[in-house]
Amino acid sequence: MADDASNPVAIPETPVRKFNINFGPQHPAAHGVLRLVLELDGEVVERVDPHVGLLHRGTEKLMEYRTYLQNIPYFDRLDYVAPMNQEHAFCLAIEKLLGVDVPIRGSIIRVMFSEIGRILNHLLNVTTQAMDVGALTPPLWGFEEREKLMVFYERACGARLHANYFRPGGVHQDLPDALVQDIGDWAVAFERPLSDIDKLITGNRIFKQRNVDIGVVSREEAINWGFSGVMVRGSGIAWDLRRSQPYECYDDFEFDIPLGVNGDCYDRYLCRMEEMRQSAKIIIQCAERLKKTPGPVLTEDNKYAPPRRGEMKRSMEALIHHFKLYTEGFRTPPGEVYACVEAPKGEFGVFVVSDGTNKPYRCKIRAPGYPHLMAMDWLNRGHMLADVSAILGSLDIVFGEIDR
Amino acid sequence: MSWPVTEDALQALGNEVVTSGTGAIAGFHLAYGELTLTAPANRIVEALTQLRDQFGFHQLIDLCGVDYPERAQRFDVVYHLLSMTKNRRIRIKVQTDEDTPVPTVTGVYPCADWFEREAFDMYGIFFEGHPDLRRILTDYGFHGHPLRKDFPMTGYVELRYDDELKRVVYEPVKSVEYRNWDFLSPWEGAEYVLPGDEKAEAK
Repeated sequence: MADDASNPVAIPETPVRKFNINFGPQHPAAHGVLRLVLELDGEVVERVDPHVGLLHRGTEKLMEYRTYLQNIPYFDRLDYVAPMNQEHAFCLAIEKLLGVDVPIRGSIIRVMFSEIGRILNHLLNVTTQAMDVGALTPPLWGFEEREKLMVFYERACGARLHANYFRPGGVHQDLPDALVQDIGDWAVAFERPLSDIDKLITGNRIFKQRNVDIGVVSREEAINWGFSGVMVRGSGIAWDLRRSQPYECYDDFEFDIPLGVNGDCYDRYLCRMEEMRQSAKIIIQCAERLKKTPGPVLTEDNKYAPPRRGEMKRSMEALIHHFKLYTEGFRTPPGEVYACVEAPKGEFGVFVVSDGTNKPYRCKIRAPGYPHLMAMDWLNRGHMLADVSAILGSLDIVFGEIDR
Repeated sequence: MSWPVTEDALQALGNEVVTSGTGAIAGFHLAYGELTLTAPANRIVEALTQLRDQFGFHQLIDLCGVDYPERAQRFDVVYHLLSMTKNRRIRIKVQTDEDTPVPTVTGVYPCADWFEREAFDMYGIFFEGHPDLRRILTDYGFHGHPLRKDFPMTGYVELRYDDELKRVVYEPVKSVEYRNWDFLSPWEGAEYVLPGDEKAEAK
């Protein structure tokens, strides 16, 4: 070995070329229509440039031309995995402008369906994240439960997905007793399929290898980059709008906020699993309370909520109210409000500027996935190409809300 | 920290922010239980830095534009901030026009990056010093700024797949105009002449 220095073997200088790879827009792990331009050095990611907007529908522009009631269905189409949570934020914003109160039964129903939405979302996210890293069974198991939840959606409002169920001042229709009973029973029984999925994924060696210590977000990064929801809780920040800035009647329910420790993909997965258990707990409490709480589900103020059908057969005034609400709609006082909910993905906010007419002057939708996706660049740097899909999966991205 | 925040607490916070600063935050008002600050556009970086470092507003939740075409400075840029430690939300607004850039706040809050790109895309508001001010949500090669009030809801072009060319083509919009009903009651005094009522003015 001594003559190595004196007589070096001439290794030809190989030019190193960086690869630019297009990930998506048609890629099953892109969770929709995301185009990622990846710059790779070998298999190591050096730069990520997400190109979004392929699902841009101009929701905010469309909303400026439609009345408040006509705008609610647009919110189903944002994060189409958990539709009612979005409607909730918009309804809260309108209620803030109008100063309308929600009857207690309506409020409990809203909480119940928000939590159903959370389970819908987490079931999809957790299981497809497992699929992104190679497991095929979890989505099949998870989607079976999602199917049952969608049937609850259908029984409540007639639509499996695009509910249009929440209204300013409550919810559109009351729930039949049988449905409340069924939802309660389902939430009790949900423990079993959830623990099945838990057993299947949580301890799985491959799942851990692909997720532990991948995509680590520190506390400072989570705050600086405007993260919310599971993305901050996975990093150990105790922040949940349901507890810290309670809206609706979340104060009355007993539930815990799970926190992560390491801020990696695996901790976020664990948070989501535990959140599903807590949501099921809230649903059980809601079902119990709904059985004991009769009463209206929508505000009785007919300036903002339509009168009941039976009333319209007899009362001229009710008929006029109905006609005015579904043609002109209600007018909001001028001003600006921001209302937000803890959507399954994080803080979903709606900023409404009203000019006193029956249409929002400007409605900005603050989607939680937007800042999360923005972080793709620094989150992926130095990771391997295969980790991109694992990180993307744990960010919980849905393009309906990011592209709007 | 209690929630919702009382009006008094917000009033006190607003007073404190305005008086303790160096004039970067001009004023405040309360509405619907929310605190709104106003600032001159050229000092927004200073204002946000002060809010972040002195008042604990560590998170930029949202940044968006609002268009008021009848104003000389037609755009509002609205920043929503959140303090997790103090459990407070505030909003800060600056005004600008089509040509005057607003200093970028990506140095204060890195997540302003895409939000500013979106505001540029949707309204054409320029952000001075932004590292990468490209369009974000609209199509590649899009013209105009769709959320401006003078941009029609239908847009100017529509897209379809041309079977002969075997690709998608852009064409001027042919679809019928959206019927935007006017709900202003003529009994409450419409500001325009009602159809058929033109002679009433002459009397």
